[in-house]
Amino acid sequence: MSKAESTETTGDGVIQSVSGPVVSARDLDARMNDVVYVGDEGLMGEVIEIEGNVTTIQVYEETSGVGPGEPVENTGEPLSVDLGPGMLDAIYDGVQRPLDVLEGKMGSPYLDRGVDAPGIDLEKEWEFEPTVEVGDEVGRGDVVGIVEETVTIDHKVMVPPDALEEGETTEIASIESGSFDVTETVAELDNGESVSMHQEWPVREPRPSANKKTPRTPLVSGQRILDGLFPIAKGGTAAIPGPFGSGKTVTQHQLAKYADADIIVYVGCGERGNEMTEVIEDFPELEDPANGNPLMARTSLIANTSNMPVAARESCIYTGITIAEYYRDMGYDVALMADSTSRWAEAMREISSRLEEMPGEEGYPAYLAARLAQFYERAGYFENVNGTEGSVSAIGAVSPPGGDFSEPVTQNTLRIVKTFWALDADLAERRHFPSINWNESYSLYKNQLDPWFQENVEEDWPEKRQWAVDVLDEETELQEIVQLVGKDALPDDQQLTLEIARYLREAYLQQNAFHPVDTYCPPEKTYLMLTTIETFNDEAFDALEAGVPVEEIIDIESVPRINRIGVQEDYEEYVEELKADITEELRSLY
Amino acid sequence: MKEYQTITEISGPLVYAEVDEAIGYDEIVEIETAQGETLRGQVLESSEGVVAIQVFEGTSGIDQNASVRFLGETMKMPVTEDLLGRVLDGSGRPIDDGPEIVPEERQDIVGAAINPYSREYPEEFIETGVSAIDGMNTLVRGQKLPIFSSSGQPHSQLAMQIARQASVPEEEGDDEDGSEFAVIFGAMGITAEEANEFMEDFERTGALERSVVFMNLADDPAVERTVTPRMVLTTAEYLAFEKDYHVLVILTDMTNYCEALREIGAAREEVPGRRGYPGYMYTDLAQLYERAGRIQGRDGSVTQIPILTMPGDDDTHPIPDLTGYITEGQIYVDPDLNSQGLEPPVNVLPSLSRLMDDGIGEGLTRADHGGVSDQMYAAYAEGEDLRDLVNIVGREALSERDNKYLDFADAFETEFVDQGFDTNRELEETLEIGWDLLSMLPKEELNRVDEEFIEEYYREDDSEREVVEAAD
Repeated sequence: MSKAESTETTGDGVIQSVSGPVVSARDLDARMNDVVYVGDEGLMGEVIEIEGNVTTIQVYEETSGVGPGEPVENTGEPLSVDLGPGMLDAIYDGVQRPLDVLEGKMGSPYLDRGVDAPGIDLEKEWEFEPTVEVGDEVGRGDVVGIVEETVTIDHKVMVPPDALEEGETTEIASIESGSFDVTETVAELDNGESVSMHQEWPVREPRPSANKKTPRTPLVSGQRILDGLFPIAKGGTAAIPGPFGSGKTVTQHQLAKYADADIIVYVGCGERGNEMTEVIEDFPELEDPANGNPLMARTSLIANTSNMPVAARESCIYTGITIAEYYRDMGYDVALMADSTSRWAEAMREISSRLEEMPGEEGYPAYLAARLAQFYERAGYFENVNGTEGSVSAIGAVSPPGGDFSEPVTQNTLRIVKTFWALDADLAERRHFPSINWNESYSLYKNQLDPWFQENVEEDWPEKRQWAVDVLDEETELQEIVQLVGKDALPDDQQLTLEIARYLREAYLQQNAFHPVDTYCPPEKTYLMLTTIETFNDEAFDALEAGVPVEEIIDIESVPRINRIGVQEDYEEYVEELKADITEELRSLY
Repeated sequence: MKEYQTITEISGPLVYAEVDEAIGYDEIVEIETAQGETLRGQVLESSEGVVAIQVFEGTSGIDQNASVRFLGETMKMPVTEDLLGRVLDGSGRPIDDGPEIVPEERQDIVGAAINPYSREYPEEFIETGVSAIDGMNTLVRGQKLPIFSSSGQPHSQLAMQIARQASVPEEEGDDEDGSEFAVIFGAMGITAEEANEFMEDFERTGALERSVVFMNLADDPAVERTVTPRMVLTTAEYLAFEKDYHVLVILTDMTNYCEALREIGAAREEVPGRRGYPGYMYTDLAQLYERAGRIQGRDGSVTQIPILTMPGDDDTHPIPDLTGYITEGQIYVDPDLNSQGLEPPVNVLPSLSRLMDDGIGEGLTRADHGGVSDQMYAAYAEGEDLRDLVNIVGREALSERDNKYLDFADAFETEFVDQGFDTNRELEETLEIGWDLLSMLPKEELNRVDEEFIEEYYREDDSEREVVEAAD
C-alpha cells in the first residue's frame, strides 16, 4: 500500500502473540505481502505467512509493549513506494518514510513509533511542462511532460504502466502546463484514465520493460583500478566482498560520488549511523563531476542503519531498486549501491528463524540464493516500454563473517554478478587503498566494454591493460621466491620487473580517496599514468640490455615522480615532462 | 495489578506462566517466591494465555507456587545527574551505601534509534595521550572504538589509561561554560578482582566523582548482563543529550554479554546461528553500539570503548567479527607485543579508526598528521614482513634499505608504542617522535607525506633526532 492514499482498511484481526519483530494475528482477512497496521499504536507491518486462521506479520517498527488482544488492521495493499518528483535529494528509511520529515513530526532526534509520512511531498507544487499535445497517441510508460525535479535532473511524467494494456494505445484528451501538486491530474487520456505526477508501485515486483540488452558502455567511476582493470558496465552487476576495515564503504561512497550515472540510489542497509550522516553532510556540498551541481541533486538515499528495525532492513533493498527502476523508465542510467547485502541476508535469516523455518546453510533460509538472484536480475540495460533505453547498475557490498569468502552470501552472490572486486585485509593493513586484490578480482564485461574505451580513450587501451596485468602476475610469482631467498638473489631483469610492479601497485593501483585531486581520475589520466610506467619499463629494459646495472636504473632521480601523477591537476603536461626526463636520464647511463 | 500463581514450566533462565489478560512484549515482571524473595524478569514472548519470562537473577528458588506480577511497563532506568559518583549493580540499584537516588526521569532502557538525519558527524579529536591511538588510530567524540583483546592481556589498564587521560585539547581553557566530561563504566561478568582494580584506579585518581559505575560481576546472574549495557547507555544518553556531558562509556566484557544472549537463546530453543550464538546477535549488538554518537543541536556526546576478549585470540569468532562490522574501527591488544613487555601492547597494523580521516589534519590536529600516520603504517608493515625473511636468510643477506626498515620497525615498537601506562603524551610529542622515526628512512622513501612537510619536519641531521638517539 502507499502512504499517499487515504487508508481504507479491510478485515481486522486480533494479535495472538508477539516475539520481537514477528507478530501473529488471528481472524485477519489478508493476502500474502499485504501491509497491515499492528496494535493500538498502528505499527506498520507486512503479512509473511498465512496458516489457517493465523496470519504471521513482520513489523517494521519496535514491538516493545505490544501485547495480545490489540487490533491488527489490513490495508489490503502490498508494500509499495510513492514514485514522483521529490525522490531525489531525499533521505528515506527502509519503507520510504522521509527521515527529515519524521524528525519534524516526531519533534525528537530519536525514531519514534507509529509515525508515518508519505514518500514524496504531496503538497509541494511543481512546474509541469507538457511534451505531447491533445490528440497525440500514447502507450504505456510514454512521457507526457517534464518537471524540473532538481538542477540536474528533469523528472519525466509517464503514463502509468497499469493505465493501459500491453501494446494498447490511446489519445491524449486534455493536457495543460502549469503548477500542480503531485496528486493533481495533469493529463487525461481518451480511455478515461488520468495521469498525475504520482505513481505507486509494489516494491517486490519489477517494473515492466520491453527488452533486456547487452550492456556495452562502461560505468566510469574515476577509480583507476576499477576503470583500468575491472570495469563494470552501465546496467551491470558487481559485488564488493571484504572483511571489516577493508574499505567497502569508502569504495561504495567513491562510486556514489564519481560514477558517471545520471541517478544514484544509495541504500545503507544495516550499516553504521555515522556513515549515513557522513553521506548526508558531504553530498550536498560535493560537486557532481559531470556538471558541477550538488551531488545530492542526482541522489536518493535510503538509510536503514543497523539499529533500526530488522524487518525494514529486509525491505530497504526492494525500496531502493524500485526507485531505481522508475528513473530507468525515464531513460536514465541509474546506479544503485547496496551497503551491505549481507545485512539484508541476515535480516532474512532473522525473520526466517523467528518463523521457525527449516534453515539452509549457516542458518540462512533456503530461499537466500533465489532472493539474491531476483534482486540482481532487476539490474540491466533495458529497452523500456516507452521505447527509450535506460539502465540500472547494481553494486552490492558483501560483509562475509571473518572475511571468509566461502560463506553462503558471498558464494550465492558470485554466482550471479559479473564483476567481482575482492577487498583484501592484508592490503588494507598496509594502507594500500583501495584495497582491491588484483589477483582475485575479475570483470566479465572487459571484452564487451573494450570498444568503448578504444573509441573514447585510446586505441591500445586493451593492450595496455593486459601489459599491466601481466607484470602484476609476474610479480606475484616472483614474490614467492623473494619470500624464500630475498630480492637480491634474483637476476637483474626480474629485480627490474619487481620495481616496475611496485610502481604499478603504489602509483597506479593505489588511489587516495581523501585527496582533492587524486580522488577522481578520468580514464584519460588512468591511461596516461599506465603509459608513463610502461615508458619507464621499456627504457629501463633497454638500459639493462645495454649493460647498465639494475641498481643504477632503479636509482634514477626522475622515476619516483610517477608516484605524484595522481595528485597533479595538470597531469598531461606533468606526464609529458616526466616521460621525457625518464627517457633522457636512462639513456644517459649508456 | 493482577497476581498469578500459574507457572507451568521452568527451564534454565526462563519461566512460562499462564495469564488471562494481554501482556505486552518486553514488559517487566516481578516474581515472588515462597520464601518471600522478589526476583525480576522481562517478557520475552507474549501469546494469548501464556507468556515466556526471562528472570534476571536466575530461576533457582522458583516453584510452581511462586506468584507473578506484571508491572505493565517496559524496563526503565531512573536517571539523574546525581548518579555521578555512584556505584550501582547490574540492574541499576545502588550498592555503595550512599543515599537513595531520587530520579529526575525514568527512561526506557531499550532506547529508540537515533534518526540518521538528526545525527552530527563526529569529527572532534579526543586526545587520549596514547601514541598508538592518537597518532595512528585517532579517537573522536561520538565514535565507538572497541578494544579487541584476549584473556590475560592488559586491556583493562589501557581502558583505564584512556579514561584517565582523555581530553579535548582546544577546550581546556573554557571548561566552565563548555561541556563536562563523564565516564560511565559498565562491567559485565568481570571478576571481583578486576572490578577492584578498576575501582581502586577510579578512587586513586579521583575519577569516581565524574563517573557512574555499573557492576555485574562474574558470580552475578548471567541474564542480568543483557540489561546492564542498556542501563549504562540510557544513563549515558541522558547525561550527554539532556545534561550536555561528553560521556565516555567503557563496557567490559562484551564477550560475557554475548554468552548471556546465547544462554537465553538456547533456553528458548531458538535456531542458532554461527557457533550457537543467536541469529539476531548482529541486530542486538548494533542496538548497543549505535547508541554512540552526536546529535545536532545538543552539546554532549556519547563515545564508546567496548572491550571484548576474543576466544582463542581469533578475530573471526562471531563476537569480534560482528562487533567489527558495527563499530568504527578497533584497537588490537597483541599477546606477542605484551610478552615483549610493551605498554600498551597495541598492534597498530590490524587496528583502525574509521573516523580518523575526518578528525585530523589542519585545524583539527596538525596538517602532517595523516601523512605521518600513513607513512608509519606502510613502513612498519614492510618492516614486519622483512622480519619473516630475516628468520630465514639472516640480516646480513638483506639490502641496506631493508635493514633500515627493520630498524624502523624495532624503534617504532620501543619508542612510539611502548610509552607506559602512566605516560600521558600530547599529540605534538607523538608526531615529533613519529618524525624522529621516519627520519631513519631515506627521504625518497617517504612517498605518503606531502613534500612541504618533509621539508619542514624531516631530520636531515642525525643530531636532530633527539629522542631516538637518546634512547639508543
